[in-house]
Amino acid sequence: MSVKYTQDHEWIAVAGDTATVGITDYALAQLGDLVFVEVPEAGRTLSKGDEAAVVESVKAASEVYAPVSGEVTEGNSAIADDPSTVSGDPAGSGWFFKMTLSDPSELDAMMDADAYKAYVDGLD
Amino acid sequence: MDEHHEDLFLTPLDGLHRELGAKMVPFAGYAMPVQYPAGILKEHLHTRAAASLFDVSHMGQAFLKGGDAIAAFEELVPGDYQGLALGKTRYTVLLNDQGGIRDDLMATRVEGGLYLVVNAACKDADFAHIEAGTRGRATLDILADRALLALQGPKAGAVLARLAPATADMTFMTFREVDIADIPCFATRSGYTGEDGFEISVPAGRAEELARVLLDQPEVEPAGLGARDSLRLEAGLCLYGHDIDTATTPIEADLKWVVNKRRRETGGFPGADVILGQLANGTERLRVGILPDGRAPAREGTEVQDTDGTVIGTVTSGGFGPSVNGPIAMGYVKTAFAKPGAPVILIVRGKPLTAKVVAMPFTEKSYKTN
Repeated sequence: MSVKYTQDHEWIAVAGDTATVGITDYALAQLGDLVFVEVPEAGRTLSKGDEAAVVESVKAASEVYAPVSGEVTEGNSAIADDPSTVSGDPAGSGWFFKMTLSDPSELDAMMDADAYKAYVDGLD
Repeated sequence: MDEHHEDLFLTPLDGLHRELGAKMVPFAGYAMPVQYPAGILKEHLHTRAAASLFDVSHMGQAFLKGGDAIAAFEELVPGDYQGLALGKTRYTVLLNDQGGIRDDLMATRVEGGLYLVVNAACKDADFAHIEAGTRGRATLDILADRALLALQGPKAGAVLARLAPATADMTFMTFREVDIADIPCFATRSGYTGEDGFEISVPAGRAEELARVLLDQPEVEPAGLGARDSLRLEAGLCLYGHDIDTATTPIEADLKWVVNKRRRETGGFPGADVILGQLANGTERLRVGILPDGRAPAREGTEVQDTDGTVIGTVTSGGFGPSVNGPIAMGYVKTAFAKPGAPVILIVRGKPLTAKVVAMPFTEKSYKTN
């Protein structure tokens, strides 16, 4: 399984032709305490860059974009029920949704862990 | 942010905010702490449980002095200040000729005139307006060399009584010149959180010293503008430029109590014809509290519809209320819908979500009234 990162601070873990998508520690730190999360329903078709999920802190609402194109196979209802679970484990149980990959080559341009770390370091 | 916002004003507590790890943001031309490491949620809840210290030094402070200061000031606002006792504070609004709100402010009767506290974003315009409106009758002394700290929460009274026993018997909306930890201050028992508390004016050069003394008290934690906003929204208090503005009258804003009895009889304030007419005949829209049924916050600008899908208004402030533990909002609706329990629809990201009109505040106020 390989994990890639986007400039919008999402991670995408790919196993075969399916992927799990979530947000990074950096994104979480920027957002602050999450008070509302909306995840996409299974069956929804996403094009790369589409608004796929919503995260809201006390102060503001933000979108989580589809890092790749494909079809949602599952949204994480646990984080929709209790948004604070994302804060505890954004890279694990705080995943947002799973999806199929309609064009795996979309992953090629994304950052690996080292490149993402360098990208984030450059933002501070 | 230092390299991107070199033109921002800094408050006298800027160094302390950075030392405390605050996230600084530009607000009304100032670099201000939006939150500290604890985060907005914890800062909010701590304020309702104990006491929090807020830096509100960006707000404008001034004395309006002179034998005719009060009568002159009354020509700009609908409040009765001639009938207000010395040492008492009253919330009011500066009006334009259409009865719209130029700003909302606190004005206190002090020896020789009034002590004013106005919003940061409006202060230059407010002071120019007050100066022009009272010229020849009063002198406006802008207190640019004073900081303003807000100590808010149910433990604020005990904390301040420990440091300044003379504050113990102050009641809500009263003012006193008082030494706090040997620092000469003006304290007003007021705030913007719905909690008991004080706004403390202090010479800029001693603001950090006072802030450190207050933060050393075991009940007190720092809180930023983020918590200040969620606290005031739960308390049902207006944010200027969002919930009230120059196109909104105090009657539409459900602030008709700012038009004091004597002024209803005598008029003599800007837009009096409009405002007295609205008092007699009502308005087409009113500010109300709106409670979404689900968990999704409805932010500022959210369209409000009736259950048939007709647009009836707009959300002007909306978000998550940490003490309510759910989404809350305020906004304007057509007057027919401005009654608690009225069902409405909020269009959030294109989806209709059910909600209802509610009375505000969303949380119980706990002012010290006696």
